Amino acid sequence: MPDTPVESTTLLTLQDVEVSFTLKRSSLFAKPSLLRAVDGVTLSVRKGQTMGIVGESGSGKTTLALAVARLLPVARGQIHMNGVDLLSLRGEALRNERRHMQFIFQDPYSSLNPRLRAEKIVREPLDWLSIESTSRRDDRVRELFDQVGLRRDQQRLFPHQFSGGQRQRIGIARAIASNPSLVICDEPVSALDVGVQAQILNLLRRLQEELGLTYVFISHDLGVIQHMCDTIAVMYMGKILEEADRESLFNTPKHPYTQALLSAVPSADLNRRNRERRIMISGDPPNPIHLPPGCRFASRCPRVEDRCRVDTPPLVDIDRHHRVACHLVKAAG
Amino acid sequence: MTDYSIQERSLQPTSARVEHPLIETARMFAGNRAALSGLAMLFIIVVVSLAGPWFYPTDPFEMVWSPFSPPGAKGFLLGTDYLGRDLLAQIIHGGRATLAVGCAAALLSVFIGITFGALSGFYRGWIEETLMRITEFFQVLPTLLFSMVLVALFGASLGMITFAIGIVSWTGVARITRAEFLKIRELEYVTAARSSGASNTNLIFRVILPNSLPPIIVQAALLIGFAILFEAGLSFLGLSDANVMSWGAIMGNNRPYILLHGFTIMYPGLAIFLTVLSISLIGDGLNDALNPKLRNR
Amino acid sequence: MTALLSVKNLTVEFTTRDGIAPVIDDLSFDLAPGETLSLVGESGCGKSMTALAIMGLIPSPPGRVASGSISLAGENLLQASETRMRAVRGNEISMVFQEPMTSLNPVFTVGEQIGETLRRHQGLTRRQAKALSIEMLDAVQIPLPARRINDYPHQLSGGMRQRVMIAIALACRPKVLIADEPTTALDVTVQAQIFDLMRAVGKETEAAIILITHDMGSVAEMAERVVVMYAGRKIEEGYVDDILTRPRHPYTRGLIACVPHLLETVSAERPYLQEIPGMVPPLSDFGFMGCLFAPRCDRVETLCWQEKPKVTQITPSQSAACWNLQDAKVRVDA
Repeated sequence: MPDTPVESTTLLTLQDVEVSFTLKRSSLFAKPSLLRAVDGVTLSVRKGQTMGIVGESGSGKTTLALAVARLLPVARGQIHMNGVDLLSLRGEALRNERRHMQFIFQDPYSSLNPRLRAEKIVREPLDWLSIESTSRRDDRVRELFDQVGLRRDQQRLFPHQFSGGQRQRIGIARAIASNPSLVICDEPVSALDVGVQAQILNLLRRLQEELGLTYVFISHDLGVIQHMCDTIAVMYMGKILEEADRESLFNTPKHPYTQALLSAVPSADLNRRNRERRIMISGDPPNPIHLPPGCRFASRCPRVEDRCRVDTPPLVDIDRHHRVACHLVKAAG
Repeated sequence: MTDYSIQERSLQPTSARVEHPLIETARMFAGNRAALSGLAMLFIIVVVSLAGPWFYPTDPFEMVWSPFSPPGAKGFLLGTDYLGRDLLAQIIHGGRATLAVGCAAALLSVFIGITFGALSGFYRGWIEETLMRITEFFQVLPTLLFSMVLVALFGASLGMITFAIGIVSWTGVARITRAEFLKIRELEYVTAARSSGASNTNLIFRVILPNSLPPIIVQAALLIGFAILFEAGLSFLGLSDANVMSWGAIMGNNRPYILLHGFTIMYPGLAIFLTVLSISLIGDGLNDALNPKLRNR
Repeated sequence: MTALLSVKNLTVEFTTRDGIAPVIDDLSFDLAPGETLSLVGESGCGKSMTALAIMGLIPSPPGRVASGSISLAGENLLQASETRMRAVRGNEISMVFQEPMTSLNPVFTVGEQIGETLRRHQGLTRRQAKALSIEMLDAVQIPLPARRINDYPHQLSGGMRQRVMIAIALACRPKVLIADEPTTALDVTVQAQIFDLMRAVGKETEAAIILITHDMGSVAEMAERVVVMYAGRKIEEGYVDDILTRPRHPYTRGLIACVPHLLETVSAERPYLQEIPGMVPPLSDFGFMGCLFAPRCDRVETLCWQEKPKVTQITPSQSAACWNLQDAKVRVDA
């Protein structure tokens, strides 16, 4: 809410983070090519808030999420959480730090070990990280089942005996088991049926209020992002093109890509549908391995100029809490 | 009459039965007639081999009658061998060694195979490279020749024979384990376990290995059969422990007389055949029972 | 309005372990020439099964059309011979599937796959088919069509493949195009392109379109009329604008309200979403004598458990099957 003073303690900062993959050489003598899935991302996430990362397939949003959780190697840059330099952690130190940051996965089917009972899945973080005494862990599991809206008599069931939504609840219980401060949600509802999505989104918001969680929320669904997030970063081909608080981003999008993305979403709001002038962008994203210089969006941008194909526009502040990477948008001051 | 039970199924849709995957597997297995008869056959063979010597205490090494007495002569049900020893006693007493060698060799090769497969499937880089090269070396080795050399060099003791069989037969297990590891390693629940704080040891032994067991179990069952055949092969060529009676040894001893007195080879051969057949049937049944794709109803 | 395609009292039954379940239960709707109709509902509600029934592709066993009729321009397709149905499929009625990668054959080029349809149904020569294939690829806005016809499916992006699927589906100028979640696997910007394309090409070929989707946004964007399905039954039908502003069935209401929509202006206020508790009942319950939505409904009454709701005609164009119809404007943001 704009009137209430913004709580400004920062929980997580990303400084110029780069994640790249070396691709298999096409022939013996070819140079191995480098795919920069995440290219120089700088972000900060405030405590108790939700940072949304939105983008289409291939934008690098999931790669970024996995990198922040130290589930993928980071090539360059810095990540700090609560003052801890995450990238400097190795081995046991990293493993112990994991209790503070947890992950909710997209696919409620493949993200649960099929051979374990639900209670064991939820209990595992406590076991691995030696949280609480062994005797207290059973109570904690019961408490977690209550918190995510599962019945206690379901504890002894196996994953295949649950529906998709219930499986996602198990995944959420596992993620909050260690009392983390940061939870990274990677498309937590996109594999679920529409009727079930609302149940999970409401649950996530309720837990955030109750436990003071900070979310990094990855999604391709702008409606969901709009509903869940306080601040939103729009990613395209590994770079952030625009970042702003929720209202600025949705009401006054500045980057041509954000504008096109928003206008492409079919809406059940008839007012919006009738008002909307559709900004069509043609074609597909460029090949991420051989990226041309300049702005990544240049090849599809309806307002492209010559300089866009030469210089990469930096991400600059144009307003309080509004950053845009585009030559055509004037910087603040 | 109003049926409200639909409410429960719609609002709390879980099957009420708590059924462990193992029970499901057992049910699948129990529905497979071939596998069940294999199991029954193997059970009889094992019981006879373990308990038989007490009920039929005739010493298999003792010369009790004239050589090559035909089956049935003088109360010797299967006749006697080239030294006039009771063939039935030999088969009953020889089962222990045969089964022991089969199981121990299979166990050894499963152990080596899982170690190599798991480590090379989990770790990338030089560990994977080194282990894979070693595996390939053993894969291209002429197995029979190599184990013959081992046994010839270090003596034909039961232990050495077991080791020689185990050391040449583990590559299949390694390949299967590695393939399973490569597949399962990429699944989200492994990433989930890592992000929940699981260490590498936990990931290998508590998360990935239990999920990759089904094809390994099948392979292990078949390996027992393979090891029994291999032991028989070595014995047939004369490479057997002279102090221990085994089915292979019986065949090896009587080999020179195969054309004249075929029954001395046929009876131990039949014992081996039935054992390997029952193990294969069980392995096949396990394969179906452990395969979730065949488990839809 | 004479219907081009008319589905009347269609019932499709599946034999399951627990007995016979009606996966489609007494379904009726009409499709006018050139119209776009949308079938909406969660997965497992019988939308795709309806499409397969129209195509004559119900897997049998375990499925079986138990009763009803499907008539295309007066001809009852359920009585047509298999030879006749082969001529209808891909020619008079064609279908676009959700996953464009698996519905294209990976070992043939795009050109061969369009050409094959044309030669089989229209009796064109190889050369004519090739020329028309290039024309079709051009019509679905694939750049450099003369070169692209030699590409294999894996060489194309997801959006391109779906364009090819649409080109194949429309090659024979069908009277009805059934699109089963055609954009679910695609990005929003590509989805917008495909919707635009379907609208344009549909208009040009005068094909009527049945769009199967779970997304009310896509319905609003594409369709004129909508049929809402739940557990194999039609529960509401009407013009899209009426349904979106005045849904009468609690399930339709829930479907609209449970999704966070992009609004005209985003305000600071963020209420919790309205939930539909639970999920679609299992197939074994589909024959239930009462209302199948009753367990999840917030307006449930005793009657709902006892009798199948009868259809109420609310306006000449809108009808709903519910014992306790609701009449209140819906807010898409609440």
